Amino acid sequence: MKLGSMIRTGLVAAGLVTAAATGASAQETIKVGILHSLSGTMAISETTLKDVMLMLIDQQNKKGGLLGKKLEAVVVDPASNWPLFAEKARELLQKDKVAAVFGCWTSVSRKSVLPVFEELNGLLFYPVQYEGQESQKNVFYTGAAPNQQAIPAVDYLMSKDGGEVKRWVLAGTDYVYPRTTNKILEAYLKQKGVKQEDIMINYTPFGHSDWQSIVADIKKFGSAGKKTAVVSTINGDANVPFYKELGNQGIKAKDIPVVAFSVGEEELAGIDTKPLVGHLAAWNYFESIKTPANEAFIKEWHDFTKNPKRTTNDPMEAHYIGFNMWVEAVKKAGSTEPSKVIPALIGVKVPNLTGGISEMLPDHHITKPVFIGEIEANGQFDVVWKTKDLVPGVAWSPILDDSKNLIADWTPPISCGNYDKVAKKCIGSGK
Amino acid sequence: MSQQRLLAWLLPAIAAICLAGTALAADLATLVTNLTTGGYSERGDAIEALAASGEARAAPILQALSAGQLYVRPSDKLVVIGKGEGKSIELSDAITGKPAGTASEDDLERVKINNRLRGTIEAAMGSLTLMSPDPSVRRSAANSLFTRRDASSLESLDKALAAEKDPGIKRVMEQARAAVVLASDAPDAQKIAAIAIVRDRADADSLGVLQTVIASASGPVKEAATAAASSVRQSLKAWEAAQNVWYGISLGSVLLLAAIGLAITFGTMGVINMAHGEMVMLGAYTTFVVQQVLRSAAPGLMEASVVIALPLAFLVSGVVGVVIERTIIRFLYGRALDTLLATWGLSLVLQQAVRSLFGPTNREVSSPSWMSGSFHVGQIDVTYGRLWIVIFALIVFALLMLLLRRTPLGLYMRAVTQNRPMASAMGIRTPRVDALTFGLGSGIAGLAGVALSQIDNVSPNLGQGYIVDSFMVVVFGGVGNLFGTLVGATALGIVNKFLEPYAGAVLGKILVLVFIILFIQRRPRGLFALKGRAVE
Repeated sequence: MKLGSMIRTGLVAAGLVTAAATGASAQETIKVGILHSLSGTMAISETTLKDVMLMLIDQQNKKGGLLGKKLEAVVVDPASNWPLFAEKARELLQKDKVAAVFGCWTSVSRKSVLPVFEELNGLLFYPVQYEGQESQKNVFYTGAAPNQQAIPAVDYLMSKDGGEVKRWVLAGTDYVYPRTTNKILEAYLKQKGVKQEDIMINYTPFGHSDWQSIVADIKKFGSAGKKTAVVSTINGDANVPFYKELGNQGIKAKDIPVVAFSVGEEELAGIDTKPLVGHLAAWNYFESIKTPANEAFIKEWHDFTKNPKRTTNDPMEAHYIGFNMWVEAVKKAGSTEPSKVIPALIGVKVPNLTGGISEMLPDHHITKPVFIGEIEANGQFDVVWKTKDLVPGVAWSPILDDSKNLIADWTPPISCGNYDKVAKKCIGSGK
Repeated sequence: MSQQRLLAWLLPAIAAICLAGTALAADLATLVTNLTTGGYSERGDAIEALAASGEARAAPILQALSAGQLYVRPSDKLVVIGKGEGKSIELSDAITGKPAGTASEDDLERVKINNRLRGTIEAAMGSLTLMSPDPSVRRSAANSLFTRRDASSLESLDKALAAEKDPGIKRVMEQARAAVVLASDAPDAQKIAAIAIVRDRADADSLGVLQTVIASASGPVKEAATAAASSVRQSLKAWEAAQNVWYGISLGSVLLLAAIGLAITFGTMGVINMAHGEMVMLGAYTTFVVQQVLRSAAPGLMEASVVIALPLAFLVSGVVGVVIERTIIRFLYGRALDTLLATWGLSLVLQQAVRSLFGPTNREVSSPSWMSGSFHVGQIDVTYGRLWIVIFALIVFALLMLLLRRTPLGLYMRAVTQNRPMASAMGIRTPRVDALTFGLGSGIAGLAGVALSQIDNVSPNLGQGYIVDSFMVVVFGGVGNLFGTLVGATALGIVNKFLEPYAGAVLGKILVLVFIILFIQRRPRGLFALKGRAVE
């Protein structure tokens, strides 16, 4: 009897100690949420972002973690389903209690999760080029705003080197990012004197695969005697049949160049790029840019994925910058609490992969260089134009009437995402 | 005495010729070096200088530059043309053309160009290659000169026209000459004659030329150009309608392939199979697997990979279909809603199974060379891939009709469709016929998957994009009627393609759906309804 009760007590004690130990070790990690589609139409673009986050977390852990604790990645798959993004974001913030979330690609996925991050005071790093017209307290935009991608691309095409384009086709997928970007571009082109009949705008659903008529329309629009270009905001795997059809119908880049904002090395990895040589993309990073930082990053990436053929691209660099900025801010604030980290992030400077220093601005955007690259036969990009210095991201477009008076500034005294500088008051939620 | 005088002027003459020769060679070397140095604008000037030099080597050097095959070897700064890719490229000296060894692509610096320079090279090449021995090169040179309308190419065009024997190429050269005349300061009479030649070409490029003339000319020339432009526009409109019909047929053939399997299973057994899209997806993945196997085991057979995949895809999807029928559908006969739910769940299971096996990202299925590229029929662009799919769909349809009309299995299938109890009473083993019918329908869906792998992304969600369209075609065309499916698919394809230019892709699909809903209200049985007492 005594032995039995002793054993029982001993077992209970052992159980409690183990529980305490696991509880203690569970408290010793900082959780980082990764919210990227691993299936569905956007998986082609987002899967590699999940992988680069795992690499960055792994590297940080090898350096000793953060604030003395190890980082733990929590990966969820919102499956290119926009409402599911919001559910998974809530799960990450409430159930897993992550300190920061790195995620989203399409603007519709970002718009879906915004209310969740506001309500639960989370922290989201959004790495993809987007349409602007937004600056939320809980979101840090490490991708390009329109003035860091779309506008310089149009300027390049209008220049002598770009072909002095006079007719424009704005082709996009039917959701908020292409619609808003095209609104900005149409206003910008009209400001530059382009007539309405020289602009053709076209939208297709996600995953659209029958491009015959649209490509034929582009060909027809382009043979009116003036130099024509296509500005493509097509997202996801619809790009693959689009470029295939361009190749099949014999549209060469020197006749009608296509500049894409959502096509990078990753999207080209699955297509035969020989017929696409000369088509363009505008980004703030290309894998082919030779700097010591970039070469080291690419080598680490190949070692981590054990695949020497894996490509790197702009949103991966954005996550690199965003993650390093978050680490700096957490160290500065001494805590992972979003209410402390969010103000600490502003002003943080970290090196990017193309030889510059990126800074987090008061409107939660960063400074980035702009590169225009032409597709080469091996699926890489050859840089044909670049900005001399880093361009600061501007959240609210000065070209559109309803946003030209707005600025975003999250530092006191303004502390507002949509502040009307003419009326001198905060229109949005602020604080 | 005379000998000495002969030598006196012969020697300097020879010396002068030698010097001139070296000077010429030095010129070419300088021109080629200028090609490899400087920024893009300097390179543009160097290209034009090289083209204007009249050197025999200019054409191959510029050709190589345009194709990305002109390199500088860093070790001795030799400018070379490289043939091949990767680790062993065969080099030849750009200036002399003599072989210069081999090198790896990593050890060479490619001379880079951008789109504007490609255009400059094409314009320069146009004049250079007009006299090429290869007729296709001459034709494309003449075509590019037509669009470029460079006044300086008039001389070379006249020279080429005098020497040209081929009537087709001669006509293209005359059109190019006409376009160049229109861009120059020729007298009005010449310009009006040129407008007539350009009008007869009647394609989109000629419309562009005429529009620039209208913008810059006045008086009788402007009138002639306006009249010519409107006649070209009319002819182009007619061709555009024909083009839309072709696109509609090609879309219809895709819909037909996807829907015909469903027409059989839905028609014969009244089973609503929501997993039909996944049968298509399995066929596409079979094509991918066949390509992977061939790529490693027998690369020489890659061109035939699609053809090899066809029977395999039929078998894979067919066997899966038979298994589904025996294990799930058989117990749910007569319960349409339950079949719908069960097959819907099955489609999710199949999607996730493929996702777990192959990964969630798209898989690359390359097209064989006989399915890439396009050719022209008048003003219509016909892509080979789509053409083969149309032919394939018709062959599948014909074989299926043959099966249904001439074989015993077809006879049993038709009997079971028309009157199941009577067929059973006549000794037909209806359960076996059901299983085979389901297998046949699924197998044909597999064939559709092989075709779709060429034009769409191969992903686990491939089937989801076609299931709704397949049901629309079957319901519209008439359940159980193969001919109805053919007409329905073609009609829906053509309507969709005619709507697309006006309403856009998204609205076009919505309008087609609304149209079908309204049509079904009037004719619930579809276009070609099955008649008979037992059809309920």
